[in-house]
Amino acid sequence: MHEMSLMESVREIVDEAARANGATRVAVVRLQIGALATVVPEALRFAFDVVMKGGCAERATLEIEHVPGVAWCWDCSASVTLAAGALVCPQCTGHRLEITGGTEMRVSEIDLAQEEEVATCA
Amino acid sequence: MCVTCGCESTAQHGHGPEHHHDHDHDHPHEHGVAGARGFGVLRAATTRTVSVEQDLLAKNNRYAAENRGRFAAEGVLALNLVSSPGSGKTTLLVRTLEALRGRRPVAVIEGDQQTRLDADRIAATGAPVVQLNTGKGCHLDAHQVGHALGELAAPTGGVLFIENVGNLVCPAAFDLGEAHKVVFLSVTEGDDKPLKYPDMFRAAALCLVTKSDLLPYVPFDAERAIANARSVNPALECLVLSVTSGAGLDAWLAWLEREIAARAPAGAKRAADLGQGLHA
Repeated sequence: MHEMSLMESVREIVDEAARANGATRVAVVRLQIGALATVVPEALRFAFDVVMKGGCAERATLEIEHVPGVAWCWDCSASVTLAAGALVCPQCTGHRLEITGGTEMRVSEIDLAQEEEVATCA
Repeated sequence: MCVTCGCESTAQHGHGPEHHHDHDHDHPHEHGVAGARGFGVLRAATTRTVSVEQDLLAKNNRYAAENRGRFAAEGVLALNLVSSPGSGKTTLLVRTLEALRGRRPVAVIEGDQQTRLDADRIAATGAPVVQLNTGKGCHLDAHQVGHALGELAAPTGGVLFIENVGNLVCPAAFDLGEAHKVVFLSVTEGDDKPLKYPDMFRAAALCLVTKSDLLPYVPFDAERAIANARSVNPALECLVLSVTSGAGLDAWLAWLEREIAARAPAGAKRAADLGQGLHA
């Protein structure tokens, strides 16, 4: 359920970035979401359409880049890739894992839609 | 003149399969870029990619850092109490406040979706309390807590208890500036809960297994619960206690004293400095 308030942060970040770049419409919003982030991408997608209404990114496309989870396994002494929800090391099934990556929730970039006046001739 | 086809006609005419003009052309209007011919002004939509690279929690984390700096400067142990609803957070808190009364300064921030029922229970112990109602929100955030701090005298050398909204999911993601999250797990829930809701158990420093007086009546294995919690977070400290029987409360109070002592010296020194400043 906190996806709604996270999406409100997305709206603030996107609206501010658009304004700072002199744009009023955003065509694409790109997020990076780690596999171990405390968030459900599907719930983010649902919240996106609702929360973006009335802002620069109304009717924009949401693209989510999934970042793999990474942990240091103290039993293997190795960096291992961790799937969402995994509690044990995929190599040794040990529990002594320290998460080192894949918890990010970030607006990576936006595509600004700009209307330009173009003089044309035949 | 039509800026799409360049003809002089003012009558209706088509431009092939794309679209039709069903009106006169005495004003400029959009035709898009593709297939444009003739003279005129077009409005073209282009896109430009802008790098943003901003964390969704950045704003909350800035407020949390502010709160944390404030707690450090004031020598306050701030604890964020988290659990599913009904695990006994408020009951243990009331008992703890009674135990600390006259020994340690305390303050409480109560988070609930609605009502100030919990704040009234806390206020009855004599402890200063601020109730935050989150309305539709499912968690406290650092900004709300910052506002509440403005209404409370800093419990220097003591504890600020922040009782979060009963929710084992969302509050895990929102740092309030606390020293530690303390997660409650009551024996009426299930010893597999740490596996089902790992984020919160991963984020916590201490797990309190509560309502242990009910252990004879429920199929809850405290050892298994602790093993499950530690499989998610090997560094997690765990205590088993009951407010009803009083079992385990000494260990909890000892844990609090240890954590207070870890912060109090700098705080006490600063309070003394401030006192001197006032009397100078």
